[in-house]
Amino acid sequence: MFTLEFFQQYWWFLISVLGAILVFLLFIQGGQSLIFEARSEMERTMMVNALGRKWELSFTTLVVFGGAFFASFPLFYSTSFGGAYWLWILILLTFVLQAVSYEFRSKKGNIFGTRIYDIFLSIGGALACILLGAAVSTFFFGAEFTIEKQNLVGGASPIISTWAPTHGLEAFCCYENILLGVVVLLLARTLAAMFFIKTIDAGISFQERCKFMVMRYGIAFAVFFVAYVICLLLTDGYQWASDGSISVVSHKYLLNLLEMWWVALVLAIGVVLVLYAIIRTAFTKDYNNGIWPCGIGTILVVLALFWIAGYNNTAYYPSLIDAQDSLTIANSSSSEFTLTAMSIVSLLVPFVAAYIVYAWWSLTRKPVTPDEMSGNDHKY
Amino acid sequence: MNDLTALVDWSRAQFALTAMYHWLFVPLTLGLSVIVGIMETIYFKTRDEKWLATTKFWMTLFGINFAVGVATGIILEFEFGTNWSNYSWFVGDIFGAPLAIEGILAFFMESTFIAVMFFGWKKVSPKFHLASTWLTALGASISALWILVANSWMQYPVGMEFDPEQMRNVMNDFWALVLSPVAVNKFIHTVLSGWTLAGVFVVGVSAWLLYKKRNIPMAMRSIKIGAWVGLVGIVLTAGSGDGSAKVVSKVQPMKLAAMEGLYHGHQGQSIVAMGIVNPAKTHDNNEPEFLFDISIPYGLSILATGDMNAFVPGVADIVNGVSIDANGDTISTISYQERINRGKLAHNALRNFDQAKARGDNEAMNVARSELKENFNFFGYGYLDNVEQAIPNVPLVFYSFHIMVILGGYFMLFFVLVLFFVYKKENMLANKWVQIIAIASIPLVWICSEAGWITAELGRQPWTIEGLLPNCAAVSAIPTESVMITFFIFVVVFTALLIAEMRIMLHQIAKKSKEDLDKAEL
Repeated sequence: MFTLEFFQQYWWFLISVLGAILVFLLFIQGGQSLIFEARSEMERTMMVNALGRKWELSFTTLVVFGGAFFASFPLFYSTSFGGAYWLWILILLTFVLQAVSYEFRSKKGNIFGTRIYDIFLSIGGALACILLGAAVSTFFFGAEFTIEKQNLVGGASPIISTWAPTHGLEAFCCYENILLGVVVLLLARTLAAMFFIKTIDAGISFQERCKFMVMRYGIAFAVFFVAYVICLLLTDGYQWASDGSISVVSHKYLLNLLEMWWVALVLAIGVVLVLYAIIRTAFTKDYNNGIWPCGIGTILVVLALFWIAGYNNTAYYPSLIDAQDSLTIANSSSSEFTLTAMSIVSLLVPFVAAYIVYAWWSLTRKPVTPDEMSGNDHKY
Repeated sequence: MNDLTALVDWSRAQFALTAMYHWLFVPLTLGLSVIVGIMETIYFKTRDEKWLATTKFWMTLFGINFAVGVATGIILEFEFGTNWSNYSWFVGDIFGAPLAIEGILAFFMESTFIAVMFFGWKKVSPKFHLASTWLTALGASISALWILVANSWMQYPVGMEFDPEQMRNVMNDFWALVLSPVAVNKFIHTVLSGWTLAGVFVVGVSAWLLYKKRNIPMAMRSIKIGAWVGLVGIVLTAGSGDGSAKVVSKVQPMKLAAMEGLYHGHQGQSIVAMGIVNPAKTHDNNEPEFLFDISIPYGLSILATGDMNAFVPGVADIVNGVSIDANGDTISTISYQERINRGKLAHNALRNFDQAKARGDNEAMNVARSELKENFNFFGYGYLDNVEQAIPNVPLVFYSFHIMVILGGYFMLFFVLVLFFVYKKENMLANKWVQIIAIASIPLVWICSEAGWITAELGRQPWTIEGLLPNCAAVSAIPTESVMITFFIFVVVFTALLIAEMRIMLHQIAKKSKEDLDKAEL
């Protein structure tokens, strides 16, 4: 049972889980992009502080997502990060500015002033969502790279992965990639508005405006998401055979949904949960728990997207230059020994998840209030 | 300039820049988290509000520092992919695992409990809060463990074999990786150097409070904790440093020779306590090694092997493949030219294997595999054109090593001095010079810490993985101009963050020091 193939599938599953949790946690970045919708300094301070208690989690998930990819599918790590250089560097820069902005924004002597740090938070948050969405979309719509392992000892240069001269910026020439970036931003904003409703006690006016945000961004998200899914189901995908050869298959992602009914079911449940949370939050006056069904729905939808990208013999990173160089979970993974060793470590993940949930619950069971922001406690 | 050389140089510069900035913040996180943990433990035991005030004072500084450490760290992890993509493939099967484990075991622990540590004072029980503070400290140290395991593996690659079918190295012994002597020594040395650095920081800042006659009781409390943690840190750092030197003499003799500026070794080799390296000296000329030096007889033989009469090879000995055995007889080792030749044989064997595989010729594959295995230990040398490329920058390594050692010795005396004075309050207050020395020592401890990493990383050049992969074969295929642009972006961003961080810290210290913290409302 515990063959290399099993561990490849298992690690793609874990990568999917990390990716899904990361997209859910992007509500922190989505919330940052909304802080200028606050009507007072106190409101903005409360929004930043509610988000700020979670910012390390989205950072950590991004880092672990990258680390897990490196460890389980190193050929993806070396090809994508070294190739789509500018795309990844831009993503990292947005995160760098966000990290310090929380801690520095309200501190005396911060040189640039609170407003500049808030602008970093706002723009950084929006760009992080769009850029990460665009990067993930290349899992479906491909990238311009080639891989020649023989270069290690045979070519003019020993470097095995080469990329288009634009080094990641070409991702923005594909409208589908931008579309997914926008979808992620709108979803993150929807989730953030629900998070504010749940965690900030700033009066009825604030709650009503957040509910309006849920409706506004929720509807926009639904429209753009449907558009992206249509693009996805109509596009061609790459499929690998048992001999490792890769061929183009029409409507591959649609076929994946049809052939893996359980993935289609997960996607459907996810979509229903997200829509339910949006509608109930927007139209039910006292309902403030929308973040949970919407969050779970988000995780299910992203899981389904990752699964149709990598399972069912699908190349999860198509090469637009040479289809045979496309990356699959079979041709880009670590060895059985490494995957086994890491799988043993991964058994601790439920324990890690349990203490995160407990700490989260401990900190958020009391909402953020203006009184708390005026006290002597640590705040951003 | 050759394009590849320029690309490698800029990629190295960018990685060094990120790593050095990152290391400005990490050791303070490692050490200050322990100091804050001790202070909060005393508060938990005594429920004395003065200890709570002391804990919160240092915790605020910890938080400011932590954020920039995270910001620079996130880039560092991804730079393995963005700038060293060939490396990421060649050893991703081995190197990626510690990074992933670091994320699962350490980063989540750190990021979860640091939020409780800062925002949980009135939301969770004191016991849970104290546990969160210690778990944050533990998470930081576990994080250091796994990244240092990964770094140690680059210095001493064990627990793996090369698979010609996949054209990469694959792991075959996880525990060899984790428990390698390089990793064990490096972990102890690095984490405890963080305790030393934080100890100096706490003592120095507290001495400034004494100098200004502000919050004297809190400053005295802090100095006692900081100095004890610092003393334990520096003693164990020195001990593990000695262990490191003995391991380096076995697995990276060229690095040890560079650290000592030694070109021609002898039995009963002396150690240079301080000196000026002759910049004209090379491995193949007869120039003197030093323009000036003060040496301690037998010192290097003892440091490297524990035997005062042992032979320690110099740069020229290693390059020429010359050594002396225990009987005093000259023996041959493998010269660098021979290593280069055998490295090229390994490359040729790998090419032959690949071609045989394409033809389906199993017999030729087996022959090539056997030849590759025979020469694989020198695989990286096959990328070099001449022996000079395999020699690190001796003066730079020598000076950084000696700065680290001299300052390390100084800090041992420093903590003893501070502890001698601090237990007689009037002595600590009356002797302004002790306070001034403590304040002036703050930048020195960062210089010491950075010098340690410069020694470790420049001493192993030109290798990303010792003997197996030089820098020139590890980079990503990106335009040099792109790396130059990101290098300068990082210079601007990191420098701005550093200046902002230092100003905020100074403001926090100045502002808080003007309050009577022992009577502050908490």
